Amino acid sequence: MNLIIPPSLYPELFLLLSICAILLVDMFLGDAKRNITYALSLLALGVCGVLTMNVTNDTSVYLSNNMFVSDAMSNLMKMFSYIAVGVTFIYGRQYATDRSMTSGLLGGEFYTLALFSLLGQMIMISGNNLLIIYLGLELMSLALYALVALRRDNNVSTEAAMKYFVLGALASGFLLYGISMLYGATGTLNLNEMSKMASAVTANKPILVFGIVFLVAGLAFKLGVVPFHMWVPDVYQGSPTVVTLLLGGAPKLAAFAITYRLLVEGLSSLAVDWQQMLMVLAVMSMAVGNITAIAQTNLKRMLAYSTISQMGFMLLGLLSGVSNGSSAFAAEAYSASMFYAITYVMTTLGTFGIILMLSRAGFEAENIADLKGLNKRSKWFAFIMLLLMFSLAGIPPLMGFYAKLSVLSAVVAAGQVWLAVAAVLFSLIGAFYYLRIVKVMYFDEPVDASPINAHMDLKLVLSVNGLAVLALGMMPGSLLRSCVDAIKISLAS
Amino acid sequence: MMLSNSPLLSLSIWLPIAFGIVVLALGRDKNPGFVRILALIGSLLSFAVTLPIVDGFNNSAHGMQFVESISWISRFNAFYALGVDGISMWLVPLTAFITVIVVIAAWEVIEKNVAQYMGAFLILSGLMIGVFCATDGLLFYVFFEATLIPMYIIVGVWGGPNRVYAAFKFFLYTLMGSLLTLVAIIYLYLKSDSSFSIQTWHQLPLTLHEQIMLFVAFLMAFAVKVPMWPVHTWLPDAHVEAPTGGSVVLAAIMLKLGAYGFLRFSLPIAPDASHYLSGMMITLSLIAVIYIGLVALVQKDMKKLVAYSSIAHMGFVTLGFFMFNELAVQGAIVQMISHGFISAAMFLCIGVLYDRVHSREIADYGGVVNTMPKFAALFVLFSMANCGLPATSGFVGEFMVIIGAVKFNFWIGMLAATALIFGAAYSLWMVKRVVFGAITHDHVAKLTDLNKREFFMLGVLAIAVIAMGLYPAPFTDAMQVSVADLLKHVATSKIAP
Repeated sequence: MNLIIPPSLYPELFLLLSICAILLVDMFLGDAKRNITYALSLLALGVCGVLTMNVTNDTSVYLSNNMFVSDAMSNLMKMFSYIAVGVTFIYGRQYATDRSMTSGLLGGEFYTLALFSLLGQMIMISGNNLLIIYLGLELMSLALYALVALRRDNNVSTEAAMKYFVLGALASGFLLYGISMLYGATGTLNLNEMSKMASAVTANKPILVFGIVFLVAGLAFKLGVVPFHMWVPDVYQGSPTVVTLLLGGAPKLAAFAITYRLLVEGLSSLAVDWQQMLMVLAVMSMAVGNITAIAQTNLKRMLAYSTISQMGFMLLGLLSGVSNGSSAFAAEAYSASMFYAITYVMTTLGTFGIILMLSRAGFEAENIADLKGLNKRSKWFAFIMLLLMFSLAGIPPLMGFYAKLSVLSAVVAAGQVWLAVAAVLFSLIGAFYYLRIVKVMYFDEPVDASPINAHMDLKLVLSVNGLAVLALGMMPGSLLRSCVDAIKISLAS
Repeated sequence: MMLSNSPLLSLSIWLPIAFGIVVLALGRDKNPGFVRILALIGSLLSFAVTLPIVDGFNNSAHGMQFVESISWISRFNAFYALGVDGISMWLVPLTAFITVIVVIAAWEVIEKNVAQYMGAFLILSGLMIGVFCATDGLLFYVFFEATLIPMYIIVGVWGGPNRVYAAFKFFLYTLMGSLLTLVAIIYLYLKSDSSFSIQTWHQLPLTLHEQIMLFVAFLMAFAVKVPMWPVHTWLPDAHVEAPTGGSVVLAAIMLKLGAYGFLRFSLPIAPDASHYLSGMMITLSLIAVIYIGLVALVQKDMKKLVAYSSIAHMGFVTLGFFMFNELAVQGAIVQMISHGFISAAMFLCIGVLYDRVHSREIADYGGVVNTMPKFAALFVLFSMANCGLPATSGFVGEFMVIIGAVKFNFWIGMLAATALIFGAAYSLWMVKRVVFGAITHDHVAKLTDLNKREFFMLGVLAIAVIAMGLYPAPFTDAMQVSVADLLKHVATSKIAP
């Protein structure tokens, strides 16, 4: 038996060990010393980052009986996941402490649960086997259900947790049902073999297609696209803001990764079928998300609907890979979606960071009206929020523009010019509510003129976050190139 | 193609942006004087940097000059590519000059958030110069859209009572057009084998159907920007509600972004479609000239009147483009530059009155000449220039376009010439009601004449208007070769076989 552990597995194994270590250390720490848990968590993420950077990037590495794949795409996704979770810890530490989420009986479980959900995401990103992907998905989801319910005395949070849990379990059930049908039709759980078998299936074709439908339904729930989107606004609004960020940031990267692995790598021969499903999901999401967001007065709810529309836009890239039987533009299309997911996560981190910064003990800054006159209270952070809002709207020279450009380019290359026109018109509708946030910050007088009390680390990282969105908007070349190269490597093997 | 040793165009773009950032960083509410001086220095230096471009421009060279090209986004094969030719050359110093005027105009007028005001205008100036210099389609689009952000803030923070509505309308209306152009740009990128170079797009053969679709997509953005009837309704709102400096920049420069787009994109990329749809374009332009001229006549608000007159003048510009002869196109470009000066001056004059009386209604004035003779003289001069009086710059452009139109079709020329009549009607009637006559309001009797700052900025514009009217040769000489090349290109069909 070979006891040497390949370096590609180091990040996951290290994260698991460090979670256990942090849990043990945390037992002996009192509430006053909780920052040690926070520091250890950040340290664990840092070391995972270093380990992931040392993993081979040029080829895809298959391990554990082909159940685990480590390629350039998984490395890139994992790096951004570490950044997302780490930044969430930095933004949410004061918020969580003020609301007793990291004290008393709970101890430092907030941090460890979040790290467990990250571990689940890493397994999802690197999974090459249907059951492994499902295991990762469940690990992530169960940790997140617990996190949403962490403030168990808060009515809104427990209601959100119930909704999330019940609907999430239902969606996982759909996914599992789809997986079982795929296994029945192709006879294998491994994605590489499945892609070979799927094109050869004739007698069991109906079962295969049904399986794909259930699979897409399960994935659509996790992504939060119409018509599986009903949980998103309630869970986003009801969860404690820091948990909303944990739900809305890194898990979206993992959801993109499994969508890519399952549909593109596993079922590419049936692309015509699932592409049409995705088209319906994408157009409905952009429509419902953008139009409903206009009516919102709660900022978190508005951002939830905006997420629905952004995920719809991202799906446009995934459905443009194969057109008329040719996959010449496939790498550009999928990498466009990947870049869109990364851009979305970075901007979401910033927007919720602003909300977390403005929230204080006993005060939730979750209404749009709470942002009024932010320019008078803090010119710098109003500017950061302006950058983030215009990035979400897709206005150059911010990062969001290049994300939209890449996806639209893929859609037009697939010959769907009218779909591109529809997408831009929905973005135009969407631009209104992002503009409204800028209007509220700059054109209105502040209702609450209290000074902004936030720790230096939050302010620093938030500033870097906002400036990164601007800098990557002026020089997006390298990140775009990395995404394209990553997809090309993963498609080649 | 002339390669330049010194990156003058990059400097023209980034120097004002850098100064804008410095002003934003160093500006404090308790030290507005320092901010104003810093902004003035910044705008003057940015203007100074554009002068060597005028000086070093070779009037007889074909193609782009002061070319710079670095690879920018390799994934899209997009380049940071800059260059000016006869069509765009004068627009660069015009933008920088207007920025200086705007900084001076805001001196004591803007009291709150001075740093953000000056910073926004400086950054906006750099971005607009970027639009005129970009020779890469993606770079053009990035600069084109980016100008919306500072303008939205300017209208919304320092504007009038209905500023929020005006700011949203401006942003969303312009964004709608631009997004459709984005699809067109992506289509051209894919069609030309992954190239964003505008030069390549000029040479790309396209079927008539493709050309018409692309022309319409570009039309959406540029027609809203120019603005053409019927997508002009954002302009009166935006102009009226914007602060004086904002109206000046909107009228003098931002409208020209749309007109420039026609020359750089619509005409050369889709020449057959341009000919095919020229009837529609000429009709829309004539409606702008005649109908909007009549609308201007009945306005009670001075700023709205000048806003509608801007639309009418820009109707002249688009009319000139679609006559497809040298005189008309050159006249249209001259009109673009001259309108930059004249509309800036008109809005500044209205701003001078507004700063004193806080009303833009014509009915609140009358007999201003009695208490503000220097102002009245300049106001009358600019109004005459607005109607196209010979010896002012307004005449040169309009005259050339009318002759060009008559060459194309006598009746179109006749209808275009009515612009002169309507222009005279609304400009002079406004002047008569505001400046002349007896004093009927107390506040008019208490008015103080122009102070040194206001006299300086209006005086400089007056010199520009008269100089260009008496000696337009530097402008027309610079654009001769580029316009000839453009028309030769547009005359050849490039329908794909």
